[in-house]
Amino acid sequence: MQCVRVQQEDFNVADEYHALLDAAPTAGGVVQFIGCVRPDYSEDPVQALELEHYPAMTQNALESLVATACARWPLLAARVIHRVGKISVGEQIVWVAVAAAHRDEAFQGARFLIDKLKTTAPFWKKEFRQSGSVAWVNAKATDDQAASGWD
Amino acid sequence: MIRVLFFAQLRESLGCDELNLDYPAAGSFTVENLMKQLQGRGELWRSAFVETKVLVAINQQMVKPQSVISDGDEVAFFPPVTGG
Repeated sequence: MQCVRVQQEDFNVADEYHALLDAAPTAGGVVQFIGCVRPDYSEDPVQALELEHYPAMTQNALESLVATACARWPLLAARVIHRVGKISVGEQIVWVAVAAAHRDEAFQGARFLIDKLKTTAPFWKKEFRQSGSVAWVNAKATDDQAASGWD
Repeated sequence: MIRVLFFAQLRESLGCDELNLDYPAAGSFTVENLMKQLQGRGELWRSAFVETKVLVAINQQMVKPQSVISDGDEVAFFPPVTGG
């Protein structure tokens, strides 16, 4: 079972959770983060996102983050799934999950993975609004701050 | 030869996703040198590299502008990432 997957298809969190537990039978805690396309109640709401990526780089970038997390905390298993392509409002985009003996390293490992993913993994979001307008999402300074907090 | 890739907004504003450039014969060739060369392709290229923040990777690893490019490398330019 690969620890990192980049795919167009949706994923089933329950199946992924059980697969993670199978890989970490002595786990005492699991932290999962699921990022989804946020509904927005503006006058011209977002209907979908399109996620572009740099295929030759994404898998390695995510695997390297998982390896860094596993070297920094005593994690029993750590996995990431990230979708690409067109994703509608409310749908899942990303799943980060960490199993550890205790909650502290599980929370820290999961938070590290999603914070670093957001600033180092080569994915880009484009928003499609109800009116037909299309625009790239700008990177947020708060994401940079969150990621550099781990350095 | 250097393979140069562009992604997301940068690809769209340049109207270009890939270039194959000859590797310069002399001296050490850095990302900064390549960016200068690309800016010389016209106003569109100059503004894309000067007025917006651009990240760069050599052979799929993020690098700094001072990093040296070798013959045969794949160099990718892209805007700050927004995944997750």
